[in-house]
Amino acid sequence: MKQLFSLLAGIFLLASNVFAADEAPDVLVKRVTEEVLNIVRNDKDIQAGNSKKVIQLVEVKVLPHFNFLRMTSLAVGKDWNKASPEQKKRLAKEFETLLVRTYSNALTAYKNQTIIYKPLRMQPGDTDVLVRTEIRQPGQQAVQLDYGVEKQDNGAWKVYDVVVAGISLVTNYRETFAQEVRNGGIDGLIATLADKNKQTEAKLEKKS
Amino acid sequence: MKKMLAKSVVSLAVAACLSGVAVAGDNPNDPAEGWNRAMFSVNEGLDTVIAKPLAKGYDYVAPLPVKVVFGNFFSNIADVMIGVNNLLQGKPGDAASDWGRVLVNSTIGIGGAFDVASEMGMDKHYEDFGQTMAVWGAGEGAYLFWPVIGPRTVRDTAGFVVDSYTDPLWYTYPVPVRNSLVAVRYVDARAALLPTDKIIEEAATDKYAYVRDAYLQHRRSAVYDGNPPREVAVPNGKPSVELKSTPGASGK
Repeated sequence: MKQLFSLLAGIFLLASNVFAADEAPDVLVKRVTEEVLNIVRNDKDIQAGNSKKVIQLVEVKVLPHFNFLRMTSLAVGKDWNKASPEQKKRLAKEFETLLVRTYSNALTAYKNQTIIYKPLRMQPGDTDVLVRTEIRQPGQQAVQLDYGVEKQDNGAWKVYDVVVAGISLVTNYRETFAQEVRNGGIDGLIATLADKNKQTEAKLEKKS
Repeated sequence: MKKMLAKSVVSLAVAACLSGVAVAGDNPNDPAEGWNRAMFSVNEGLDTVIAKPLAKGYDYVAPLPVKVVFGNFFSNIADVMIGVNNLLQGKPGDAASDWGRVLVNSTIGIGGAFDVASEMGMDKHYEDFGQTMAVWGAGEGAYLFWPVIGPRTVRDTAGFVVDSYTDPLWYTYPVPVRNSLVAVRYVDARAALLPTDKIIEEAATDKYAYVRDAYLQHRRSAVYDGNPPREVAVPNGKPSVELKSTPGASGK
């Protein structure tokens, strides 16, 4: 009986993995968005601005669908090749921390905006698409929120860019990062990001 | 109080000029960086002592329905010139829809207080003369940071002047009513940006550069009505640009 159970569980796991791999990029974005917003809607702590809790939510539900190494390479641009594999890893880690902290907090501001999912324009065989959504709220300008999503080697889709009102949150760092690399090399850039993260961390600690 | 304010503004300006000289820019995409950084600091100072407190007060005092009504009212007036700009950009369909919105919202929407047109499926557009000039082929020119007005490229500064001259709100009489309306619109717009402040503060390692690059990206996207040619991501090295859409062509 126990064996049967684990066999069933195994098949179920396998099936869900296959399902996840086949999930289209727009379906993925919609599923994760709705899942996260549902949690936010029912969580008084997050609505009250509990940063730690919302960061945890993002880390568990959202981050597995992001490719941070890719995001960091796009943010760094042509200097990316100058970085050693070790530096690349550290850069990606710091950049991830920076983005997660910053934009998780935006979730605590969620009230009752409506998300519109726009039809996906995708050719068969495309491995890089833009999933377009729009945030609508009464009396205010609608905000366009798009995701650059790329197919991985294992067939799953992962987000590598988030574009708010035409502003890529990734490439917006390119000029600043290039300046940092000119001033202090790749290590200088890593140090700047680590420093920024420590400041934010200190603020979070003070709040809670 | 007034004296104190004037004093702090002056000292801020001086400090800004000094720091501006110190970081004379070496960024080829921002030739006026020294001047811009100075003006950015002046503006930050003005914002901290005047605009932001006003916006916060307004945000705190005005209940949501009031804010929605104000937002709709100003949006309705703006739709008149948005339609003109759409026509000038060769999009008569969008222009007709914009003016249809004004017609519907000014009547059924009770003088623009309610955005009935959006609920009827007539989408709001955002156009200005800077975008129109871009569609006509004008380059954006250098990036400039102005006190009070904020960031504008050379092209969009010219566009802003034209927009201001053709802004229906400026032709409201009597003058005190006009002035109050313009002031409320400014505060309302600033209040809408309050949540963004915190994000920029946390996201940016260099706030000036972050705001500049966000502004430039946003404007380039606006010229293409939110469907700019996609930068095709190349794993290593320079991203190439793929031209799929033409400026101004509505991507619907």
